[in-house]
Amino acid sequence: MTESRQPRHAAEPDPAETPATPAETPATPATPGNETPATQTQDAADAELQAADAATATSLDTAGGAMRPSAVPVSGQSGTVPGGPDSLMRKIFTGSGMVSVLAVLLALILGGLLIASTDKAVSTSAGYLFARPSDFFSAVWSAATRSYVALFQGAVFNPRGSGAAGQFAPLMETLTIATPLITAGLGVALAFRAGLFNIGAQGQIIMSGILAAWVGFALHLPVGLHLLLVLVAGVVGGALWAGLVGFLKARTGAHEVILTIMFNYIALYFLRYLLNTPAFQRPGETNPISPILDPNAVYPQILGSQYRLHLGFLLAIAATVFVWWVLNRSTIGFEFRAVGANPKAALTAGINVPRATILVMAIAGALAGMSGVAQVAGTEKVLTDGVAATYGFDAITVALLGRSTPWGTFAAGLLFGAFRAGAVQMQIQTGTPIDIVLVVQSLIVLFIAAPPLVRAVFGLNPRKKKATTSKKAATTGAAA
Amino acid sequence: MSTTATSPQPGQPQPAPSETPTAAGQRTAVTAKPVTWKVPVTLGVLGVVAFIFFGLMGPHQTAKFGISTGSDFFQLPALEVNAFIGGIVLSVLMLALAAYSVVLKTRDRKAPGWVPVLFIVLFVAAFLIWVVGGARTTNISLAGLIAGSVTLAVPLVFGSLSGVLCERVGVVNIAIEGQLLGGAFTAAIIATLTHNPFLGLLAAAVAGALVSMVLALFSIKYVVNQIIVGVVLNVLVSGVTGFLFSTVMQADKDKFNSPAHLDPITIPILGDIPLIGPILFKQSLIGYLMYIAVIVVWVGLFKTKWGLRVRAVGEHPQAADTMGIKVNATRFWNVTLGGAIAGIGGSFFTLVAIDSFTKEISGGRGFIALAALIFGRWNPIGAFFAALLFGFADNLQSIVTIIGTPVPSQFMAMLPYLVTVLAVAGLVGRSRPPAASGIPYVKG
Repeated sequence: MTESRQPRHAAEPDPAETPATPAETPATPATPGNETPATQTQDAADAELQAADAATATSLDTAGGAMRPSAVPVSGQSGTVPGGPDSLMRKIFTGSGMVSVLAVLLALILGGLLIASTDKAVSTSAGYLFARPSDFFSAVWSAATRSYVALFQGAVFNPRGSGAAGQFAPLMETLTIATPLITAGLGVALAFRAGLFNIGAQGQIIMSGILAAWVGFALHLPVGLHLLLVLVAGVVGGALWAGLVGFLKARTGAHEVILTIMFNYIALYFLRYLLNTPAFQRPGETNPISPILDPNAVYPQILGSQYRLHLGFLLAIAATVFVWWVLNRSTIGFEFRAVGANPKAALTAGINVPRATILVMAIAGALAGMSGVAQVAGTEKVLTDGVAATYGFDAITVALLGRSTPWGTFAAGLLFGAFRAGAVQMQIQTGTPIDIVLVVQSLIVLFIAAPPLVRAVFGLNPRKKKATTSKKAATTGAAA
Repeated sequence: MSTTATSPQPGQPQPAPSETPTAAGQRTAVTAKPVTWKVPVTLGVLGVVAFIFFGLMGPHQTAKFGISTGSDFFQLPALEVNAFIGGIVLSVLMLALAAYSVVLKTRDRKAPGWVPVLFIVLFVAAFLIWVVGGARTTNISLAGLIAGSVTLAVPLVFGSLSGVLCERVGVVNIAIEGQLLGGAFTAAIIATLTHNPFLGLLAAAVAGALVSMVLALFSIKYVVNQIIVGVVLNVLVSGVTGFLFSTVMQADKDKFNSPAHLDPITIPILGDIPLIGPILFKQSLIGYLMYIAVIVVWVGLFKTKWGLRVRAVGEHPQAADTMGIKVNATRFWNVTLGGAIAGIGGSFFTLVAIDSFTKEISGGRGFIALAALIFGRWNPIGAFFAALLFGFADNLQSIVTIIGTPVPSQFMAMLPYLVTVLAVAGLVGRSRPPAASGIPYVKG
């Protein structure tokens, strides 16, 4: 994971920053001889672990703010408290960074087992498993690694490519696919932070795609101005569509999950309707497809014409910086986080909660709108009913994996972009269906959300001992 | 739908008996919620729309609704309505309802629950007459329309029952889609391998329960945000079933993906009653199970000790814990039970409706089930009727495409979602889930 090179920003509570952590001592196994001291050190270590878990839980929990106010006060989300360096090794092995890496590893292992379970060589060698077990295990290994190597070659670096340009072509493809994932993921993440569960990125991408595409092919304007107008149209389209959800939520109290799900379908059917009208359908075409966008209206390819990578990627980086700034350096961002942490407290503190709800949804929609523009003006250059593909839904997992932080979402978008790009190559080379990517992606998010599970799987969890020792302590305490 | 009104409504605050007299005096001032203009305005706007479009601008042909089918044991004449007159009459009735709610509002009284319900029924009827009256073929079979709606609603009903069970016990279940899909897949593969649809049904319930157990494990033991787990589980199940479909099922369709079917069972005589017969007495096993499940869940939740405990856990887990109810165990098993029910609903796709499994066979119906459960206000019977409404809209859309109307089919397809938005934002309003829904319970 790229977590180490992300700037540590204020809203991400670090286990090391939890002030209440007592002086940490490395966990020593509880021996029957000296039970009491062992219990104490164990408990101290556990307290630290629990603090780390709580930090993880709260940083993930911003998603559920509407239903459950975050446990960490907003004031606690900024400022640094120096952490002790003496437990560095423990932190490396039990901290959230290591858990993330282990979670990815575990997800890859499980995905590999799934691939192997349907592999022909594996099933034939399983027939004589007890005669020659080595055959079976090498078949499992080769089935899984073959797919993953193909995935890597399709996503990052292909040694068989012609020259450096060809060898790095997969990486450029990864960045291209990551672009809409990042911006839509930022939109979802921002709404999470304000306690809103925005499942509507799909619909927001579609609505922005409709507007951006129409401006792109129906108007004919000079260079620069045209593209700018396409971008503005798309961003406004997404912002209005999501802002409407925010408005309905703020005014009527309708639940945003239901609203955004419904708005996704409405947007999709609206798009399908439009693509069958003369205004949108390409002349002389029976398929639902729009005319190609004007050359002036599309993003320039930033690394030459041999790659599909376009200006949208740079805009995605800019959007990440923007969201970081909004969340951590602006008043409105503080209000968003306050509303997400505890709407009632925010209201008491004088924050206009309805306004914050509408505004955060509008900004989230604008960010998803950038994905729509990246699709119609960058990658596809036409409007079809598959304009949003599954980017809107993937954006949710991207935001979850990025723990609703801007740079985390950026990194998660890159990772998922790599999965998507690589999966195509993997399917061609090894016949492994693309669906395996969904499996691995969802497992990663699940495992990252539950650090104790990951630690238990890798034997790093001291909790089991705690259960027995603390019970003993309780009984002795009761006896005394 | 009248049961919705009589069942316990968590939305109305109950006076707490322990309050002091002075507090009680203030309480009436606080809890007497001001009657909003929302319902009157929504009804009024819709009524005017209906009057203009379905009435004044309505078609003048005669819409014909067949009630009996050839096999019925007595025949009823087809219902014939002049679309223009029908539209006017129905929309005037709707406007009357809207006026009634306005009058109530001016007297600071809330419109009773049957007003919006009756309004929806009238609106749907007017819409139906308008659509059929304006079509190329102004003749549809009402019996077929309603029977088809029930068929399409079956997985939705099971899905929303699963949601009701989970949310009533305090766990948000976004994973209904995954449970349906898992059930559909497992039912297909087991019913094919064993040539026995009943084993397929059973396996579907187990698969749904397994998906639910993951949800329960992560949200209860590891205290992960429940919505996150639900969303991710949907992706996971979609990925696993899609993967196995591509690698296993497509390779050998006869061996893995041609499930034995559950055929409709007609109850003699009763099944031949016009209109009602096909709906109630000419269903597959899963269709009958649906009716049983709705009743059992409703009785269980609201009339038994078990249900009281479940609702206590969902409303106030701390109080339940104090009374000796094992909160997290109750949650775990209820969520599991909900998953099993949704799994059975999923098996409907592959054992009854369609003859084999395909990728994403549930097609987002889990989310519609979620909407149905909120529309039905976390009540099994309310959710049942809401699911029927969605099934009706879904079926109407396909019928309307066949008979040919001026309305583009995409707008017909959009309709259920628009209606949901209107209902959630306008009529249902601040829908109030069980108080502890979505909040993990950590003892201590």
